[in-house]
Amino acid sequence: MSLPAIIYLMPPSPTEIDTNPHYPELRRAVRQLCARFPSEYWRRLDAQRAYPVEFVETMTAAGFLGALIPEAYGGGGATLAEASVILEEINRSGGNAGVCHAQMYVMGALVRHGSDEQKERWLPPLAEGELRLQAFGVTEPTAGSDTTRIQTRAVRDGDEYIITGQKIWTSRAEYSDLMLLLARTTPLEAVKKRTEGLSLFLVDLRGADERALTIRPLETMINHHTTEIFFDGLRVPAANRIGGEGMGFRYILDGMNAERILIAAESIGDGGWFIERAVAYANERIVFDRPIGQNQGVQFPIAQAYTHLRAADLMRWHAAELFDGGKSCGAEANMAKMLAADAAWEAANVCLQTHGGFGFAREHDVERKFREAKLYQIAPVSNNLVLSYLAQHVLGLPRSY
Amino acid sequence: MNVAVLVKQTPDTAELPKVTVAEAQSGELQATMVINPWDEFAVEEAIDLSDRFGCETVAISMGREGETDALKHALAMGVDAAVHVDERVIDGGDEWATAEALAATLKMVDTGDQVELVLAGKMSVDGNSSVIYAGVACMLGWDLLVNVTRIVDIVDGKLIAEQAFEGGQETVEVPLPVVISVAKEINEPRYPSFMGIRKASRVTIPTLGSDDLEIRPSSTTRWTDLDKPEPEDVQVRIFDGASVEEKVTQLADALMAEKVI
Ligand SMILES: Cc1cc2nc3c(=O)[nH]c(=O)nc-3n(C[C@H](O)[C@H](O)[C@H](O)COP(=O)(O)OP(=O)(O)OC[C@H]3O[C@@H](n4cnc5c(N)ncnc54)[C@H](O)[C@@H]3O)c2cc1C
Repeated sequence: MSLPAIIYLMPPSPTEIDTNPHYPELRRAVRQLCARFPSEYWRRLDAQRAYPVEFVETMTAAGFLGALIPEAYGGGGATLAEASVILEEINRSGGNAGVCHAQMYVMGALVRHGSDEQKERWLPPLAEGELRLQAFGVTEPTAGSDTTRIQTRAVRDGDEYIITGQKIWTSRAEYSDLMLLLARTTPLEAVKKRTEGLSLFLVDLRGADERALTIRPLETMINHHTTEIFFDGLRVPAANRIGGEGMGFRYILDGMNAERILIAAESIGDGGWFIERAVAYANERIVFDRPIGQNQGVQFPIAQAYTHLRAADLMRWHAAELFDGGKSCGAEANMAKMLAADAAWEAANVCLQTHGGFGFAREHDVERKFREAKLYQIAPVSNNLVLSYLAQHVLGLPRSY
Repeated sequence: MNVAVLVKQTPDTAELPKVTVAEAQSGELQATMVINPWDEFAVEEAIDLSDRFGCETVAISMGREGETDALKHALAMGVDAAVHVDERVIDGGDEWATAEALAATLKMVDTGDQVELVLAGKMSVDGNSSVIYAGVACMLGWDLLVNVTRIVDIVDGKLIAEQAFEGGQETVEVPLPVVISVAKEINEPRYPSFMGIRKASRVTIPTLGSDDLEIRPSSTTRWTDLDKPEPEDVQVRIFDGASVEEKVTQLADALMAEKVI
């Protein structure tokens, strides 16, 4: 049974995405879903430090979190620009994409560097949402931003590796089935370059030996479900190593551009939310017989924050376009992340300031979003490290660290 | 048997009150345009029928040139194909002319495997006329069922459906082909999935214009004036009281005084 000739589906047109960077239908769809999870929902979770199970399930079922998985493995085959719109809209709606963003991009290492067998095994259930891979263990208490100094060791023992060490700030580990782990396979002393000798593993957290793996939640100023993880001889099959032994650092660098651009989009979403709230309040709050927004002292900072936000957004689209075009975009991705995080923070500050005392009231959500927006100046990479990267790699200044 | 679903692109209901007279007159609405919410039930039902009976589905929408967001939404939800009809074919005509254009389109679609079922939402949030589907049935000479709450079965060239009426419900059987308007009780429209949105974004939707549809619009009515009532003065009263009972008593008294209850 086929439909007559006047009704036909044209083959995909690859240029469509570039010419329409704003994706109204996609935005609307994400907004519609997010509307089912209003501010009260996020406020309650924040107060209870609870995980937004229903929200994440809804986003998963609609295929949004599997967007970046290639279509061949049952995913959405999205461009990074499209994926970034999804996260942006979550934050724009007052929610917090940080609770699930990693499900979207942590699997990037698997897509780019996994063997066919590994991809066949893990990507389809990830795309289906049957499997969660949204924990990424890089940061350690002693190494900080100096990733090559991590001390978690993975020692080969037959068909397995034995993992010993500690990670900190590993977010969502309690809500993830698998975790991507960076560990040293060759000691620092034994490698020529510090970036060598690190390897990437997919660790199955389900039913892991409790004596060898301890996950301890960390209390933080935001509801981010972050943890400390202790490895005490955890055995991981060698088949779970992604790519070549000792190549892990290169692999995570590969994934960073995507992560930076997606985080930039989240900050852009936050910034939009703050500006909208600030404007609404500035128009409605009457003090000294006039809306406070009539005072330049109130409206200028909002206009300024808006300008910075829009400028940051341009860098985000530029970086995404380069990424989707397969071009190198390290500088642009880093700049986008930094500009957007700073713009969101400026907007957050302006929004809170505009609300005066009411900005502190939980029921306005401003203080919650304010706390949440701060994170992206520090994680996944601190803005100072972005600057030192730009100084060294783009401007040719001496390495500062 | 194929299923066609009629969809209209309407202003987002939240933004409807903002539409000005000038905008309505020129058709250049500033509001966000979305699929008419009532039509989402019809689209959902069409997709459901295609799962149940293996039929193909096509969404048809008449509107301004390039106004295909509602069709894209229907595609993203899961209909197989979409056709856009340029509203200039009816030259500013009324509901009757709209029905004529849609019926003519349905006849064109109807060249391969027959469209034997047309689904429509029960009204549009902007036009509110609830007569388009009746006009289409009339032009096509098909049966019409309105306010359908369930399509029970399609068997032996007949369709069995449940229909709601004031205070009750009836089960009816009609021979195909038939035009149906659906009630919101019929289903819960799905949200478009990411895959659906991607698929829809890649589709080029064909547009039919005056050259394709040989109709001579036969409007009998024309707008002579368009007006927007002034918003009513609304009073807000907040009832103070020591207990819930006390506040409710005051509220009930006030409602009775205003003859609301
Ligand atoms: C809520 C939360 C969630 C997180 N989730 C994860 C996760 O899931 N997985 C993960 O691996 N990590 C995660 N992190 C860790 C995060 O990536 C790190 O906190 C971040 O990279 C900074 O490292 P650090 O905290 O050790 O700071 P440090 O490296 O100790 O830096 C402290 C300060 O010094 C500055 N600084 C350091 N070195 C220099 C230098 N050379 N020049 C100039 N300034 C410098 C930094 O900019 C920073 O302001 C998370 C962190 C938080 C707070």
